[in-house]
Amino acid sequence: MKQLCDMYATKLVTQGLTPPNAPLIGGLDAELVWNRQDPRTDEFAKLFETLSINSLVFSKPAEPYATILDFLANRTQQAIRPEDTETRTFLHDIPICREFSASAMTTSLKKRKAVIIPGHGIISCGTVSPEQGFVFYSSTIFACFVLFFSDYLNQLRAGTLDDEYRDAFATAVGSLPHPHTTLPNLMPGPFPDEDTALAAMAESGRHVVGYGLVDSFFGNISARLDTTLFISQTGSSLDMLEGCIDPCPMDGSATTGLTASSELSAHEDVYRRSDFDCILHGHPKFTVIMSMSCDKTDCPHRGECHIKCPECRSVDGIPIVPGEVGTGPTGLCNTLPPAMASSGAAIVHGHGLFTAGTRDFKEPFEKLLTIENTCRSRYFSLIESYEKTS
Amino acid sequence: MKTPFGWTGTVLHINLTTQTVSLEHPDTEIYRTYLGGRGMAGHFLAPHATRHWTDPALPLLIFTGPLTGTAAPTSGRGTIMSRSPLTGAICDCSVGGTLATHLKHAGYDGLIITGHSDTPCGIEISDADVRIVPTPLWGTPIDEVFAHLESSQKHHRAMACIGPAAENGSRLASIVIDRHHAAARGGLGLIWATKHLKYLTVHGTGEVPVHDPHALDETRTDIMRLTAASPVLMGQHGFSEWGTGALFDLMDSRNMMPTDNFQKTRWPHARRCNVVAFHSAFTPTSHGCSGCHIRCKKIARNGRTMPDYEAMAHFTALIDNPDKELALSAHTLCGQLGLDPISTGATLACFREHTGEDFSSTTLLDTISAMAHDHALGQGSRRYAKAHGHPEWSMSVKGMELPAYDPRGAYGMALAYATNTRGGCHSRANALSHEILRKPVATDRFSFNGKARIIKLAEDLNAVVDSLTACRYTFLAASLEEYTKAFIAVTGVSFSGQDLLEIGERIIYNERIMNAAHGFSATDDDLPARFFTDHGTSGRGIAIPPLNRDEFYTARSRYYRIRGLDENGLPTPDTTRRLGLDR
Ligand code: SF4
Repeated sequence: MKQLCDMYATKLVTQGLTPPNAPLIGGLDAELVWNRQDPRTDEFAKLFETLSINSLVFSKPAEPYATILDFLANRTQQAIRPEDTETRTFLHDIPICREFSASAMTTSLKKRKAVIIPGHGIISCGTVSPEQGFVFYSSTIFACFVLFFSDYLNQLRAGTLDDEYRDAFATAVGSLPHPHTTLPNLMPGPFPDEDTALAAMAESGRHVVGYGLVDSFFGNISARLDTTLFISQTGSSLDMLEGCIDPCPMDGSATTGLTASSELSAHEDVYRRSDFDCILHGHPKFTVIMSMSCDKTDCPHRGECHIKCPECRSVDGIPIVPGEVGTGPTGLCNTLPPAMASSGAAIVHGHGLFTAGTRDFKEPFEKLLTIENTCRSRYFSLIESYEKTS
Repeated sequence: MKTPFGWTGTVLHINLTTQTVSLEHPDTEIYRTYLGGRGMAGHFLAPHATRHWTDPALPLLIFTGPLTGTAAPTSGRGTIMSRSPLTGAICDCSVGGTLATHLKHAGYDGLIITGHSDTPCGIEISDADVRIVPTPLWGTPIDEVFAHLESSQKHHRAMACIGPAAENGSRLASIVIDRHHAAARGGLGLIWATKHLKYLTVHGTGEVPVHDPHALDETRTDIMRLTAASPVLMGQHGFSEWGTGALFDLMDSRNMMPTDNFQKTRWPHARRCNVVAFHSAFTPTSHGCSGCHIRCKKIARNGRTMPDYEAMAHFTALIDNPDKELALSAHTLCGQLGLDPISTGATLACFREHTGEDFSSTTLLDTISAMAHDHALGQGSRRYAKAHGHPEWSMSVKGMELPAYDPRGAYGMALAYATNTRGGCHSRANALSHEILRKPVATDRFSFNGKARIIKLAEDLNAVVDSLTACRYTFLAASLEEYTKAFIAVTGVSFSGQDLLEIGERIIYNERIMNAAHGFSATDDDLPARFFTDHGTSGRGIAIPPLNRDEFYTARSRYYRIRGLDENGLPTPDTTRRLGLDR
């Protein structure tokens, strides 16, 4: 347990989600252990007595997230309701707990997976592993980031911005990391065999996470080799893909893809419709923000854009399509493959970006990074243009 | 006091000795303490826990839950419970089909059957009209019973019956429901037979009032979205598409396929007998339990029920049979005779290890028939192996044969097999979820680290799931967070997920208390010796060494501590009191 607590504490720091030495992670089997000593652990220990959990993650976030979270929490009564797909599907909403006490935190955690404590940070827990707390923690940060920048743009458009939001925005923007502009030196293709393909997938996964092109470490990666599709497993860490890639015969002769990414159908259909050999899928933040940006105020589908948007929207020619995670009538498996097959890249509303290439991961990685950087500069250009007209 | 929404507030008692019917209206507090399904059944079983399984006063309990019959996804399930003739422990089976839904619509939260009819009988329930009728169907195979009942009943109704295996005293006897579903494990069919009960039909026309339909609709949408996003449930390789047979390739690729009576863990013919091969041979269609959108049940072109993963694996790899048609025939025969396919397959594997002889198509089906007709094998592998001086051939826990997951490949599963209250069962803690299927996140399957608490929490959760009731498979995608919302929406009772888990803890502890009263202790919370001495099949970068006995015992001791049991696995006065079970 101690080892797992240490591992996720390190991940929070290296991914820039928390300041160094800030995470406090506890794990309980028969005995309760912490990643480090801290006077607050006595209070947190009470949570283990009252909740059926085996792990807990708490930390103050790094900037700009701390500013963003506190700002959103101050403007919200009980719970923040982001509208990105990850939140809709997995978090639903994020409650706010205004008191730093075990009893108050317990009440909130009885209802939801992660809770914001304004001025203190985020607390989340798991019943199986600290990984759950880590995932909920980072998803909360991702969802709040997307909500904060999306709302700012929407309010600017609507002319309802106030000074407090402007100040918080300026502070947050001031501490945004600079965009990456150089590409990693990825393994060249075509991949001669399974082992090389798997190594190339693991390598690009590490870089996708390292470049911050995902929400925590989620996304998915696949490569086609002859008639077999190799794809990352569901919930796997893109920066630790060794042993977590499933071979799925494209002739449907086996169900080894049972643990494959929920986007297996979409990947497979893209390969069927095209000559691509490699696909990357990440959740770059500004791409997600721009996918949700729409100035059509009288649209009858407001609130259901993620499944019903009928418009042909794009960012510099990269199509934005609706679609939910996985299968089902509103699943992105229906909308993504046709969009991808023609352009080699597509953005899913409120969800993320898929990019494809032939031979190896160089091309999809470059598209992933370029489109995110484009979305980032489009976002700030939009802000600038609305500022000028307001 | 008025019973909250969701429950009907009425439990139906039928005494087959006196041929009388009565109604009970349990106090609201009982519902809040035990929820329904497995919890309520356990509550009503507790005072009779030490009765021998042949005692007519031993109750047979069938319970619905607060969600049964509502729009909450997969809520159409229920529990059948009594004492197991196979193990001597308590035994409950979560059952699908339409039985629980009809019972609830008929106005009953549960049905408690006691006594012993002088002549074979059936019970026919149509809302408030409850009849005990003599039947000439005793001795009739199950498909004929269903055909007869279907032709003689006016409305569609839930139907459950036993077959010749139960009537002839097999401890592997199941109860078959709506032709394609079963309460298969633990020999509960034999309890029906001791009561001379051949069948039960239920037709219910009432509504289940829901406190907040809008909130239920909202959480239903959340649950549907989560299941749609789940590869294992609704993905192209998932249960919805293929049934649980989808696990076949995965188990073999993870070196966890029980082969040759658990002597090996990979099977050379796996690809020939995987679910894709089964589907192309038998072109099944999908079918589901009442209220389920996942529909994991599959029915072959000619109406035969397709085997779930466990039966598929046991009638192929476990007995080294690469003939799919023979495997399906064996499964179909179990269905007609009313035999538990898991225990039947594992008992056949034990027999094969003893004789050293492979089955032919004739000997396999003949042996299964014999098991339902007074053959010693019909008493299960433990009794058979012991009678032949080799108890180690029986791959069972507490006398219940293990399903098709080799515990050397998933240590949480190993612990869960040993500690659960009904015996060799994979689904009480469902360690497969995180150790193999990566939900909610993946854990290290070759480690006992952290597993004691994980198993305890998961057992509590599944006791809640079985009591609400819902299908455990849904929880491979959704969580208690969503189902708590559904529970509140239906009942108006503002419990938190944590409150529900505490009820789950109480339900398990109640089962532990009953088992302790039957003489079960740590000695019974153990695995067959083979897993501690023999290697599984290693390969493709995966090593399958034997389990380390010391590490296993350490994890089990931790589990006892976390569960509030003493070092011998027995209930303690403190925990009994804390959970309100000392009344
Ligand atoms: S998933 Fe399968 S077992 Fe569960 S309720 Fe649905 S059909 Fe029944």
